[in-house]
Amino acid sequence: MKRFADLFSAIDQSTKTTVKVDALARYFAEAPEQDRLWTIALFSGRRPRRAVTTTRLREWGAEMAGIPLWLFEECYPIVGDLAETIALVLPPAETRDDRPLAAWITDLRALSDADEDARRTFVEEAWTTLGGTERFLFNKLITGGFRMGVSQKLMTRALARATGRSEAELAHRLMGNWQPDTTSWDALIEADDPGADASRPYPFYLAYALEGTPEDLGATDDWRAEWKWDGIRGQLILRDGQYFVWSRGEELMTDRFPELARACDYLPDGTVLDGELLVWKAASDSPASFNALQKRIGRKTVPKKLLAEAPVVLHAYDLLEWGGQDLRETPFATRRALLENACSDLPPEAPVRLSPQLDFDSWDVLADLRADARAEQAEGLMLKRADSPYLAGRKKGDWWKWKLDPLTIDAVMIYAQSGHGRRANLFTDFTFAVRSGNDLVPFTKAYSGLTDAEFREITAWVRKNTLQRFGPVRQVTPHHVFEIAFEGIQESPRHKSGVALRFPRMSRWRKDKPLQEANTLDDLKDMLRIYG
Amino acid sequence: MAREPVLTFTDKGIYCAAGNFYIDPWRPVDRALITHGHADHARPGHGSYLATHAALPVMRHRLGSISAQGTAFGEQIIINDARVSFHPAGHVPGSAQIRVEAGGEVWVASGDYKTEADGLSEAFEPVRCQHFITESTFGLPVFNWQPQKNVAQQINDWWAGCARAGKTAFLGAYALGKAQRLLTLLDAGIGPILTHGAVEATNRVLREQGIVLPETVQATADIRPKDHPGAIVLAPPSALGSAWARRFGPQESAFASGWMQLRGVRRRRAGDRGFVISDHADWTGLLGAIRETGAENIYVTHGYTEIFSRYLNENGWNAQIVPTEFGDDAADPEDEA
Repeated sequence: MKRFADLFSAIDQSTKTTVKVDALARYFAEAPEQDRLWTIALFSGRRPRRAVTTTRLREWGAEMAGIPLWLFEECYPIVGDLAETIALVLPPAETRDDRPLAAWITDLRALSDADEDARRTFVEEAWTTLGGTERFLFNKLITGGFRMGVSQKLMTRALARATGRSEAELAHRLMGNWQPDTTSWDALIEADDPGADASRPYPFYLAYALEGTPEDLGATDDWRAEWKWDGIRGQLILRDGQYFVWSRGEELMTDRFPELARACDYLPDGTVLDGELLVWKAASDSPASFNALQKRIGRKTVPKKLLAEAPVVLHAYDLLEWGGQDLRETPFATRRALLENACSDLPPEAPVRLSPQLDFDSWDVLADLRADARAEQAEGLMLKRADSPYLAGRKKGDWWKWKLDPLTIDAVMIYAQSGHGRRANLFTDFTFAVRSGNDLVPFTKAYSGLTDAEFREITAWVRKNTLQRFGPVRQVTPHHVFEIAFEGIQESPRHKSGVALRFPRMSRWRKDKPLQEANTLDDLKDMLRIYG
Repeated sequence: MAREPVLTFTDKGIYCAAGNFYIDPWRPVDRALITHGHADHARPGHGSYLATHAALPVMRHRLGSISAQGTAFGEQIIINDARVSFHPAGHVPGSAQIRVEAGGEVWVASGDYKTEADGLSEAFEPVRCQHFITESTFGLPVFNWQPQKNVAQQINDWWAGCARAGKTAFLGAYALGKAQRLLTLLDAGIGPILTHGAVEATNRVLREQGIVLPETVQATADIRPKDHPGAIVLAPPSALGSAWARRFGPQESAFASGWMQLRGVRRRRAGDRGFVISDHADWTGLLGAIRETGAENIYVTHGYTEIFSRYLNENGWNAQIVPTEFGDDAADPEDEA
């Protein structure tokens, strides 16, 4: 565990990419094979099945620390991480153990079959044996969630350096459904046939946001434009007579979208599509709002009624595999032509549609189209270079998203709550209101958009201007006005104000605006009428 | 008729009616007793100041021309109907707990304190009393400090690593107290010790009053980083990553504070490293200090007041939260802890 803890510390302590990649590459070159596999698994969101509930962990931790459970529960939100809270309240370790990571994981997995007394004994012994970072990581193995500043991209780069293989190949090998105990280092990284797994997706190609205007991109002839849909990016794989749906976050979502099974009836085996999952309204032949899709995302199994109310269709915009051939190196325009051909005979009941391309012969024409994106239920436009290959990850140059400017409203801060994790000890979660006569009507929360320095400044202000406390929430003197930016507005009976915003964030601290100049509930309702 | 308490909590700060004075007041008053020179305790504008001899030079340096009187630790002073004495708080050089006795009752306002002797500040002394006012900056069981020598080792190891890699080590720390404490922990064998002007100004004041600090060189505008290979630079946290720091070329930065105990804060505030070292008492230190006073009545201020006082009440003390509507005035309380 010490080697893994040292790796973790090296990565956690640095903000510099090169330092992180160096540490990872060294680890992949030196650590025992099973440890390497598990490290890749943990850093890509795969973890051993949870053998102990977090409730038990809290109880055992508090008891061993000699503090009442309520005090432990008070500490947790301040620290922001359960594994860390437990590691901090416990007394220092008494002995040392230096078994490798994989050995600890094997023991943890065996716990699933043990009774509660045995589990407790194991966990308490681990706590007395492991100190500092190792204890924290042991807790993390149980609670999961190794988000620690190592992106898949960084890990792939380090693996490439340690193994001499290309990043693109490794990225593809690491995708999909593998687990450390059903594969080996050789099978995952070294063996010749990485395509053996029918469900394995391609790494998604992600676009950067276009800053400014598209004139700098050059001649319009070199570019293709599409609507940027407000749905979920998804990859639909048809292989071996089966279908698989992957999210951009590399989550297998097949079971959540049973209607896509029928894609096998209309498209040949050996096809992989990249597109947007949208709830489709047959009556108006248009996409429903993101809200409708949200109901589907939350459900692992979909009730029939919901399936009928909110049917999902894949809007395909790229073809990554055709006839079992990987097309990613083929220019976009060619892939697109093949895609249009493949989709040309699809009947309306097929769960796949071609996402249209937009006609434009000047950037001005395209700018006008973009201005109408909201009417099309789109967030803006996507620009793709006609000769671009399908790259892996977020890369600059060939693909751009050109989103609509957000909607904005000036609102008054009325409640503040402290953040957790990286933002523990700072007030970062705020509730905002609009004016209505002499009242203030809360209508949204926002958590992001300020700099660390601004969060520190507002935190000092909140401490001095608290009117009332409700648990962790503080009501503050209505004084500060913030510009809230958001992507969409919807009617919502669940909110006091009657509206719900999409992606609200603080875009500017309007120190220049007095309270009286904040927007009103009527302004908000006008926006709902126009954009809702 | 209930007797007026010896100390009361007013909108100007802690007030003693028997002596007609305030302790660390927030607003201008005629007579202020000051526990130590940090800005949220020693504020400008009071008619007269009383502090320890060791705390006064820094206060004069920061507040300019003030009407101030010094006292020795343990010296008995009669102010109207109150008997007052100052006792070491171990927070920074000269920092004191203020003992106030009137009508047979003893109260202690402890200001900021830590219980581990740091070798620089006068070591914390428990003072027996019936009423104890305590801070709670780190009043949660997740805050437990390692012995100072362990942290010193970590800092020196880091510095030596930077020096080997040809980098300048920037260590961010509060300019009064923490910076000087760190100075005394550094292993001067590793390389030269440079200071930011704000740190050096305080060094100068403390040296003049007889406190021995290692040799330092102020990193002025005309200093040539090349002349000081393998250096460590002590600077206020705000100077880390500034243009002033960047001209030193390849560098690593670290931040030394009790808040570095929390990974979230460490990732937000520390550049490359965070060292857990504080001039405030940790959880064990707070509870130990309270126990040793023998006081039954505890007044909790500055920090996790609600949680800490609830815990005290459940464990046999009569604890209450001191209303601090003027709260932590420091723009960035993390910087000074």
